[in-house]
Amino acid sequence: MFDLDSITEIWQTITRNKTRSILTAFGVFWGIFILVILLACGNGFDNGMRSNIEGFSTNSTFMIPNYTTEAYKGYQKGRYWNPDMSDIEAIKMKIKGVDMISPILTEYSYNGDNNVFFGTKGGNFSMKGVLPNYNDIDRCKVLYGRFINETDINEGRKVCVLGKKVYEDVIGADKNPLGLMIKANGIYYQVVGVIEPYNSNITVSGSMDETVVLPMTTMQLAYHNGDKFDFFVFTTARGYKTKDLQEEVKTLLRERHDIAPTDEGAIMCFDFEQMFTMFDYLFLGIKILIWIVGIGTLLSGVVGVSNIMLVTIKERTREIGVRRALGAKPALIIRQVVAESLLLTILAGIVGLVIGVSIMAVVSGFVGNTPSEDVMFLDPQIGFGAAVAATVIIVLSGLMAGVLPAMRAIQIRAIDAIREE
Amino acid sequence: MIKLENIHKTYFGAQPLHVLKGINLNVEEGEMVSIMGASGSGKSTLLNIVGILDNYDDGDYHLAGHMVKDLSENQAAEFRNKYIGFIFQSFNLIPFKTALENVALPLFYQGVGRKKRNALAMEYLDRFGLKDWADHYPNELSGGQKQRVSIARALVTSPKIILADEPTGALDSKTSAEVMQILRDVNATGITMVIVTHERGIANLTRKIVHLKDGLIESIEENDPDKMDFTKEIK
Ligand SMILES: Nc1ncnc2c1ncn2[C@@H]1O[C@H](COP(=O)(O)OP(=O)(O)OP(=O)(O)O)[C@@H](O)[C@H]1O
Ligand SMILES: [Mg+2]
Repeated sequence: MFDLDSITEIWQTITRNKTRSILTAFGVFWGIFILVILLACGNGFDNGMRSNIEGFSTNSTFMIPNYTTEAYKGYQKGRYWNPDMSDIEAIKMKIKGVDMISPILTEYSYNGDNNVFFGTKGGNFSMKGVLPNYNDIDRCKVLYGRFINETDINEGRKVCVLGKKVYEDVIGADKNPLGLMIKANGIYYQVVGVIEPYNSNITVSGSMDETVVLPMTTMQLAYHNGDKFDFFVFTTARGYKTKDLQEEVKTLLRERHDIAPTDEGAIMCFDFEQMFTMFDYLFLGIKILIWIVGIGTLLSGVVGVSNIMLVTIKERTREIGVRRALGAKPALIIRQVVAESLLLTILAGIVGLVIGVSIMAVVSGFVGNTPSEDVMFLDPQIGFGAAVAATVIIVLSGLMAGVLPAMRAIQIRAIDAIREE
Repeated sequence: MIKLENIHKTYFGAQPLHVLKGINLNVEEGEMVSIMGASGSGKSTLLNIVGILDNYDDGDYHLAGHMVKDLSENQAAEFRNKYIGFIFQSFNLIPFKTALENVALPLFYQGVGRKKRNALAMEYLDRFGLKDWADHYPNELSGGQKQRVSIARALVTSPKIILADEPTGALDSKTSAEVMQILRDVNATGITMVIVTHERGIANLTRKIVHLKDGLIESIEENDPDKMDFTKEIK
């Protein structure tokens, strides 16, 4: 179809009326251009939003105890309960599909005064008792030393890991913090690490930046919690449904703590997955909208091409008739007209694609493409898949635009051209 | 070469118009025939049927031994391309193609390669003294030059028949004479030629003159063009 001869033929007809060809092609150019820009911007927002939640396991559920709302087994309603370490073991043992599970114990400075000191310098920070695996759920960068480890837990060591802000405020960014002793709520702990959250948009009872992290066991001991803790977080393993797991965990907890099976208020459940799924749907919706708008714009370009070509065909009645008289077969005429629209569309489309992608590459250079916590717009570029899809759409629309004019063209008989007037 | 038997043609316009009412005509290979008749007598209609540009309602038409009836568009295109060269009153050159490209076009439809096509087209242009005009567009050519280009285009596929509808209609007498001389030379190489004209002078340069009247052949006049004084015939 695209040998040199045909291309020359087509090129001649296209360049014969340059202004018109350019105006015609502009519709398609614009359609593709807009599509690319919109898609890239959509991706930019998507990336930006996602970078905001980066570092946090998006399939995690928080389970928080609350006052019971029903009387049960001799207990009054309005009783407070606490989960304990045996609950964690029971959940691990009995419920399949829980990937990671991590209990959390928290303390604050109750009167609002400074509660964390190094020497005379102090600050007001929250404290969090966790197990080593907490860092797999609410991920942090380790700047110095290490995170809490198993030995800390087993031996109940008086060690702590400081959030970056705690370290900078209390110890000072110029000092090596490792091995230093800090005082938190009156008790001394040795600093074994400093951490910085990847992301501070999602925080669990205070940003990790402003937290003194202690081994769970140490903290339980220090605050006389026994083996109880405040709440816990678990993540869903691949292939399991978070909603189902939540129900199973709730049922188990209700049994273990004599809570009525129908008591929905006694266990609060905060589900990140649900929120993120909402995000996903939101962006899916935006994407669909973008494709609809983009393709709509493109379609009007295609209609434009088709329309102009219909006019062109009418004007070329004589020429086409002469070609028929000279022995051009209908198939050849169809091929020529379709190829003409195809070439016009493809050229315009590719130019639109290239310009759109280039512009967005420049824009992307300005807004940056490194994830960070407080950007809304990140790396606004279209992916390879979308570019391929756009190209396929260009070709299809070129074919589509050519069909009607081609049908009109083959209705022209040689005799129509030969007959004067 | 051309054998028409009882050809009928009716145009179904606002009112049906019975244009050809039973035409019987034989044109042998190598003959040069002219068709004359009043305006509206059906000359062009007849020529278009012979050229398989239009179909006929009734009768039989044999072209070079082939029955021409109810051909598909593809078959018709092949027949035209293979057997027939057309020359039109208004040249019908394609305006955005050079003289050379215009002449080469029928070969393109035959699937002849580019090089061979252009070489052959150039040869024909040269034959009619248009070599230097090969790269010119039709609007840069005089009427006579245009008609010579279109003759070259008609001949380039080595057709068996040349059909010319008023080939000199748009030309002055001097150029008309030149064009007629070319057509006579072409005919001398053995190519059958049918010319529609309303100029007696043109008809006088053909061997057979068919007179058409009211959709029928009124008479066929034998003629000896060699006796004619060329310059006097075309005024
Ligand atoms: N497509 C058509 N539809 C209806 N009528 C037609 C059509 N083509 C030709 N005619 C009529 O048929 C008749 C013969 O037309 P034709 O063109 O054959 O005449 P002609 O002999 O070539 O005339 P001229 O010398 O003026 O060219 C005319 O009356 C014309 O009006
Ligand atoms: Mg006529």
